[in-house]
Amino acid sequence: MSSHDVMPDMDLYQPVQVEDAISLAARLGDRAWLLGGGQDTYGWLKDRAKTTEALIDLNGIESLRGVRETEDGIEIGALTTLTEIATNPLINENYSLLSQAAGRVASLQIRNIGTLGGNVSQDVRCWYYRRGLDCYRAGGNLCYADTPEGMNREHALFGASRCVAVNPSDTAPALVALEASMVINGDEGERILAAEDYFVGPAIDIESTTALREGEILTAVRIPSTWANATFYFEKVADRNVWDFALVSMAVAMKVSGNTIEDSRFVCGAVECKPRRLLEIEAAVNGRSHDGASAESIAATASAGARSLAHNQYKMPLMNNLVKRAIESV
Amino acid sequence: MTFMHIGKDFVPPDVEGKVTGDAKYAEDFRREGMVFARLLTSPMPSARIVSIDASAALRMDGVVGIITADDLPPSAPPANPMLASEYVTYIGQPILAIAAISEHIAENALAQINVQFERRDFVVDPLDSLVEGGPDAYPEGNAMVLTAPEGDENTALVGRIQPVKWKAEEIAKFRRGEEPDGDFTAGWEYGELEAEFAQCDVIVEESFVTAGTPHQCMEPRTSMVYWENGKCYFHASTQSQSSVNNGLAAMLGIDPADLCVINENTGGGFGSKGTSYPTMGISGNLSRLLNRPVQLRITREEEFYIGIGRPGMQGWIKTGLKADGTVAAVDLIIVSDGGPTGQNSASSSAGHISVLFQPAAMRLRNIPIFTNTAPRGAQRGPGQNEMAAVLAPIMDKAANQLGMDRVEFRRLNAPNSDSGIYEAQGPVTSAFMAQAIDKGATMFDWQNKVNTPRRRGNKLVGIGVGQGYHGAGGYGYDGLVRIHPDGKIEIHSGVGNLGTYSYASTSRTVAEVLQCDWDNCQITHARTDRHLPHSSVQGGSNTIFTHSRANYAAAMDALTKLKEIAAGEFGGSVDDYSIGDERVFRTDDSTTGMTYAEAAQKAIELGGRYSGAEFPDDINPITQRAVAGIAGTGLVGVAKDNLERKGTPPGQIVGFVEIEIDVDTGKIEVMDYVAVADCGTIMHPQGFSQQMNGGGVWGIGMAAYERHVYDPQNGLPANVGLYQSKLPSMLDVPANMATAAADIPDPFNPMGGRGIGEPSQGCAVAAMTSAIADALDGHLFNRVPVTPDMVVNHLAGNTVNSVPLKLNTF
Repeated sequence: MSSHDVMPDMDLYQPVQVEDAISLAARLGDRAWLLGGGQDTYGWLKDRAKTTEALIDLNGIESLRGVRETEDGIEIGALTTLTEIATNPLINENYSLLSQAAGRVASLQIRNIGTLGGNVSQDVRCWYYRRGLDCYRAGGNLCYADTPEGMNREHALFGASRCVAVNPSDTAPALVALEASMVINGDEGERILAAEDYFVGPAIDIESTTALREGEILTAVRIPSTWANATFYFEKVADRNVWDFALVSMAVAMKVSGNTIEDSRFVCGAVECKPRRLLEIEAAVNGRSHDGASAESIAATASAGARSLAHNQYKMPLMNNLVKRAIESV
Repeated sequence: MTFMHIGKDFVPPDVEGKVTGDAKYAEDFRREGMVFARLLTSPMPSARIVSIDASAALRMDGVVGIITADDLPPSAPPANPMLASEYVTYIGQPILAIAAISEHIAENALAQINVQFERRDFVVDPLDSLVEGGPDAYPEGNAMVLTAPEGDENTALVGRIQPVKWKAEEIAKFRRGEEPDGDFTAGWEYGELEAEFAQCDVIVEESFVTAGTPHQCMEPRTSMVYWENGKCYFHASTQSQSSVNNGLAAMLGIDPADLCVINENTGGGFGSKGTSYPTMGISGNLSRLLNRPVQLRITREEEFYIGIGRPGMQGWIKTGLKADGTVAAVDLIIVSDGGPTGQNSASSSAGHISVLFQPAAMRLRNIPIFTNTAPRGAQRGPGQNEMAAVLAPIMDKAANQLGMDRVEFRRLNAPNSDSGIYEAQGPVTSAFMAQAIDKGATMFDWQNKVNTPRRRGNKLVGIGVGQGYHGAGGYGYDGLVRIHPDGKIEIHSGVGNLGTYSYASTSRTVAEVLQCDWDNCQITHARTDRHLPHSSVQGGSNTIFTHSRANYAAAMDALTKLKEIAAGEFGGSVDDYSIGDERVFRTDDSTTGMTYAEAAQKAIELGGRYSGAEFPDDINPITQRAVAGIAGTGLVGVAKDNLERKGTPPGQIVGFVEIEIDVDTGKIEVMDYVAVADCGTIMHPQGFSQQMNGGGVWGIGMAAYERHVYDPQNGLPANVGLYQSKLPSMLDVPANMATAAADIPDPFNPMGGRGIGEPSQGCAVAAMTSAIADALDGHLFNRVPVTPDMVVNHLAGNTVNSVPLKLNTF
C-alpha cells in the first residue's frame, strides 16, 4: 500500500462534440472513465485505488456548459461549474435552493472547477472504500464499515444493503426537492430520468450511485417551474464550514400561503446512498398550519426507521433538528 | 529600555521570495544526473518481512537502483529505523526506496516489487495492549523500560522493551475514572501529597483522553542529496540548520565536517523536523550507493506516517483545592500512546500543571505503551498543549465547586518570578502571568461576559479561559558576526528557517548592540558552507530567548574588539570609546575614531582573535569550523553564550474565548478570541502576532476539529490527508483574533524577550474546552476534539458507544 503523487499511465481523449464523446464512451465501455471537473476522479487515479485505461475528457464540449431558460423552467449543462450555479441570477432568482446547495459544496476552489454533472454523479466517500479495500462496492464480499468495530461516523442510517456508504452530493437533495430531471445521452439516444430515480442505492447497484449505464453521459439537468420562487430551506451540517462533506443536509421546497404549508418536498442528504425523501414529514406538514411546538413534534419522526451503526446515531437527532428548523423557517 | 531595532517591524529577507514564488524549498533544486527515489511502505500495522523480490522492478527501463535495510547499519527497536529490517510496526513504514530517472518510472516500479509478509497481531489503543492478554506492538513487548534518564522531546528514549500488563479490573477502573493499580515505568513526585490533599476543601477526580494528531507540515519532507569529493551536499527540509548536522552525519557514517546542509526555506515543521529524521538517511545513503544525486520527496500520505505525530494520552487526575482557592495537590496518571517509537511527553504534561497552577505537592505516574500507529515525537508544546486541552475544564470544575471565578482562580495560582516548576521545583528566569491575566481579562471584558446569559436563541453561549506554557529557551549556544572591510555587517545564523522569521528577528540583536543601520546588515544562513555557528534547534519556542543571547554575546565580542582596535590606534582603553553611526570613537572627542570598515580592515591586519584566526576554546566544533572558514576576512565577533543564567525561561499565554454552540447542529462557533502572552519584550511585532494567531488557530483545531482515527479491525488510519484530518479552515476561526503581551522584559535576556510559539496553541485549546464545558452547563467530555456529533449526542442524551478512554478509535 505505497502511496503516490504522480498520475499513472493512461490514454487521453478530448472530444469537442457530444456525439464524439458518446461514441468514444460506447466504444471503450468499462475501459474508459468520463472526466468532468476531475475533483472525484483525480483522487481515485492518483491514489491508484482505481485505474482506467483511458480518460474521456468532456471539458472541450462547449454545448455542455451554461444555464438556459426553457419553456417550463431551466436547463443546466452538466459541465456548468458549481460556482456558476451558485452565482447565476436565473437560478438565484427562482431556484435559490439549488444555488444555496451548490454554494456549500466543498471549497470555493473546488466549486470553481467542479461541475454539476460531477457533483451528482460522484462516488461515495466511505473511507474504507476510498483506501482501496476489497469491500462489496469494490467487488469484494465484505463491508468494513458495517461492523461493531467499524469507524462509521459518516455512514448511512437508511437503505443499507451490504454497503452503508452515503451519497455525498450537496446538490442532489436540492435537485430531488426541485423535481429536476436528468438528461442522459448514450449510443441508443437520449433518455430522461427524474432526479429521484437517477440516484440509486446499493440494493439496485452496489457499484454506482446513479442509474447511468455504461457508455452513457449525463448531459444536462432540467428544473421545471413547479417549485420556482417557492419557500426554500437548505442547511448542510459538516465538521468545518468549508471543504467537508455533509454529516447531514436538508433541502426543502415549500409552497406557503399565510401560515400554511400547502405543499412541500423534504429531502435529506448524507443519511442514505441516495437523497432521502421524507414523505411522512411532507404528509404531516402539507395543508396544515404550524407553529414552533408542532414543528418539533412533527420533526421528531423524521428519522423513524433509521438503523444506526456504532458511531452514527447522532445523525438521527440531527435529521430531526434540521426538519424542525425547516418548518420553523416558514 | 528604548531600542533602535528591537520591538519594531521589519521585512525579513525571505519574505519577498515567499510572496513572489521565488523562494526555493528542497524539492526545487536539481542537479545534473539527478534521479528520483520513491518509498515502498508497509501495508500492515505489524508483520515480519519474509522476503523482498525487486528483480522485476530493477529490470525496468529507467530504474537505477534500490536501497534496503541490508545496505544500512542495524537499528534496534524502538528507534525509528531508516528502513525496516525484520519487522514492520506501522502502516506506512518505509521498507525500501527505489530510484529511477523519472518520478513516473519510480512510482510505476513500486508495483513490480513483491514483498512477502507474515502477519502479526497489532494494537491501536494502548489500553487494549496494557490489559492482560492484550497484543503487543513489538515481539519483545508493549512498554519501554528506560535504562537512562529521559531527555528532552528531541532525544531518543534509551531502554528496553518488555511486556507490562494490568489486570482487567484495573483497566475497567481506569475507564470509569477511578485510580487504577498497575505498574508504571516512569514518573516523579514532589511535596507531601497525602498531607496536602488532607487540607483540601474540594477534590475533583476525572479521567481524560487526548488524540495524537499528526504534524501536517505543508511541505512534505524532501531531500536532494549529492556527493562531491567525499563531501555530502544535502538539501533538506528542516526546521533547524545547525542542529541537524551531527545526527545526519551519524546516519551517513561521516564526519560532520564532511556534511553541508542546505536549507533556505522550510514549509513547516512543528517539531517533526527539529533534528535528523529517517528519510534523510535513506536519501543520503542511496545517493552514495548510486553515486548520483537523488531526490526523495515523500507524498502527503507518507507525511502522515513519516512526519510523526503527537503522543496520545489516556489519563486520570485528582486535584485538590484549599478553601482559599490555592491548588494544594495534584495526582496524575498518564498512559502514553507512543506509537511504535514510544515517544512520551507525560513529564511535560505534568510539568504544565506544576507551572501554571503551582500545586504544593504533585505526583506523576506514567507508562508509555507502544501501539502500531504512526510514529510519535515532539509537536508544538509537546505534553503541555494536550494537557492544557483537558485540564482547563477540570480545573474550572474545581474552581466552580469552590464558588470561585475561573479567572481569579488562575490569577491566584499563577507563577511569578520566584516560583518553582516541574519535579525539581527549579527556578524560572521571570514570570508575570498574573499581569498577563489582568490585561487579557480587561481586553476580553471578562467580568461582563462571564455574567451574560448563556442562551441566545438556539445557541448556547460559552465563556472560557485557558493557559499555555512551554519552556521557552536555552543557554550556551554560539553567535558569530563579521564586519567586512567595506563596512557591511554579516550575521551568521545557524538557526533554521521554519517560517517563523525568528532567525531574522534574533539577528537584529547584533544591529542593536552595534547600533548600526539594519540596511547595512546581512543575515547569512541556509548553508553549512556559509560558515554558520552552532545554534539551537529552532523549536521548543527556543529561538527568541536562546539566539538573541548568543547573538548578543557575539556582538559584544565584536564591540569589544572594535573598541580595542580603536584604543590601539588612538590611545586609551576600551572604556574611553563609544559607538555611533557605524563608527567607534573617543567618548570625549567624537572626531577621533574610525569607521567600522576601517576597524575591520585593521582587524585583518592584526589577525589573531580580531580576524578569527584564533577563537575561544569553549565554542562548539561546528562554530570552530565556521570561524576557520571566514578567518582573515574581517573583524570577527564570536562567543559562546556565557551570560548569566537562572533556570527556565517560561513562555506563557492566557487565552479567552467566547463561543456559541448550536443546540440543533452541535456546531461550535468562535465569536471572540483574546490571548495575552507573558513573553518578555516583543522582539518583532509581526512575528509575534503571526505566532499568536497561528498557534491560536491550531488550538481551535485541536479543540474542535482535528481527528485521529484508526480502524481497530485492520489498523488502517482514516485521516491520512489534510482533508480527512480536518484542520480548521479560515472560515472556522474568527476573522479577528486579538493578541497582546504583558510586555515586561525578562532580566535574563539582554533584549528582554522569550518565545511564545508553543503556548499560543495551548492557551487556545484550553480556553476552547473551558468554554465548551461552560456552555454545556459544566459537562466534561474529557477529550478532544469535541465534534458536532459528540455535542448532538450529548444534548440528545445518546450514550451509545461511549466507552470511556478509547483512543484512536472513537
